[in-house]
Amino acid sequence: MAHGAASVAESTGHHRWGAGLAETLAVAALLGIAGYAALFVAPTERTMGVIQRIFYFHVPSAWTGFVAFFINMVGSIAFLRTRNLKWDRLGVASAEIGVVFFTVVLVTGPIWARPVWGIWWTWDARLTSSFVLWLLYVCYLLLRTLVDEPERRAVVSAVFGIFAAFDIPLVYFSIWLFRTQHPQPVIGQGGALDSRMLNVLLLCWAALLGVMALLIRQRCRLETLRHSVEGLRADAERNATGN
Amino acid sequence: MALLRPTTILLKKELRTEFRTRELLTTTWVFVVTVLVLFSFTFEPTQAESRRFGPGLLWLALLFAGSLMLHPSFAREQVNDTLAALRMAPIDPVAILASKILANLCFLLLTEVFLLPIFAALYNLNLPPILPQLLLVLLLGTLALAIVGTVFSAISSHARMRELLLPLLLLPLLAPALIAGTEATRQLLEEPAGLSLEWTGVLVAFDIIFLTVTWLFGEYLLEE
Repeated sequence: MAHGAASVAESTGHHRWGAGLAETLAVAALLGIAGYAALFVAPTERTMGVIQRIFYFHVPSAWTGFVAFFINMVGSIAFLRTRNLKWDRLGVASAEIGVVFFTVVLVTGPIWARPVWGIWWTWDARLTSSFVLWLLYVCYLLLRTLVDEPERRAVVSAVFGIFAAFDIPLVYFSIWLFRTQHPQPVIGQGGALDSRMLNVLLLCWAALLGVMALLIRQRCRLETLRHSVEGLRADAERNATGN
Repeated sequence: MALLRPTTILLKKELRTEFRTRELLTTTWVFVVTVLVLFSFTFEPTQAESRRFGPGLLWLALLFAGSLMLHPSFAREQVNDTLAALRMAPIDPVAILASKILANLCFLLLTEVFLLPIFAALYNLNLPPILPQLLLVLLLGTLALAIVGTVFSAISSHARMRELLLPLLLLPLLAPALIAGTEATRQLLEEPAGLSLEWTGVLVAFDIIFLTVTWLFGEYLLEE
């Protein structure tokens, strides 16, 4: 156990630091370019004006959040099939990062809505679905904090993660169907997206995907270290009581 | 076929345990009636208003009742660690889950049979003409609640604050079933009444998807 923990600490230690720095710089540069493009390169939207530029951050955040939740599902299934706790660590990392991105969606949505529609919140199909989705994965994270035994925690959260993932299409479809049958404020959507706008949007998405990948890797590493600290502590306690 | 016999035996055991005391059903019935009475304070319960809000009330009451009622499903087994005994039996673990889902489905349907006449009388709704369609919608929605609720009861039984955790896990996940059940019921109460194929379809899809997921991944919850 002590040996295993030491080798884990080593592999997450110094020699990976160089590669990590290069990737971090690359993502930071991409994020800078994407931010510049969103603010200055993309044309100003005719009716909404400058506030519409939040769209380049709002929409890719949602897409990135979906990718994170998809990774969570893959991690959950892989954990149940292989029983390797590294998949559980990927699960918790991706769920946390997904929740962060959906928090961004839920915060930037109202910031956009206020000047454009004059209200902070509307029970629009996409906003409502995103809210339900956010709640689902907040519950996933909450569940993890309430189960103490690591193996048990990994199993129950993997099963819940799979249920949540299969719920996503149902949530979106049912809320969409519900909203199209009820009167709602007209939302300025429709019309084709300007090609420059689309390119900037995709660039922003690429940047946020990079951020997501970095954060998930870092969070996995943190979880691994936490795990090895727990192992070392257990070893130390055993030695102390043994002597 | 190999699943059928252990499932029926275990189902009988579940039902026998409950009907010895009927604690769960009695408590839930009183809870549901309390909720129905309290709901009358949240709007003016005239017939027209009841038609608008009634379906939502009915489904929310059921969902809340279910999220409280399903908790003992696995917690009951922990007192004497009887789940370990069930696991040791030479049967497919899916049978344990299936029997619990079926038992909970029975309990919830019994609650509804008790609830519907009271609901109709209190909120002045004419249910008999639409009863067959309403029962179909209720059955599909209740199955959704029973499947997810039973699996999550197994999940929450290992956690701290489990009584609070079960509704928390259950309610957001059941949002599609709540919407579909409410909308299908609303269209049954409208003039002219009609069974909504779309919403019934959503309920059927929900049931099929989560039955499959439970069948594929549920047994992991039962191992030690």
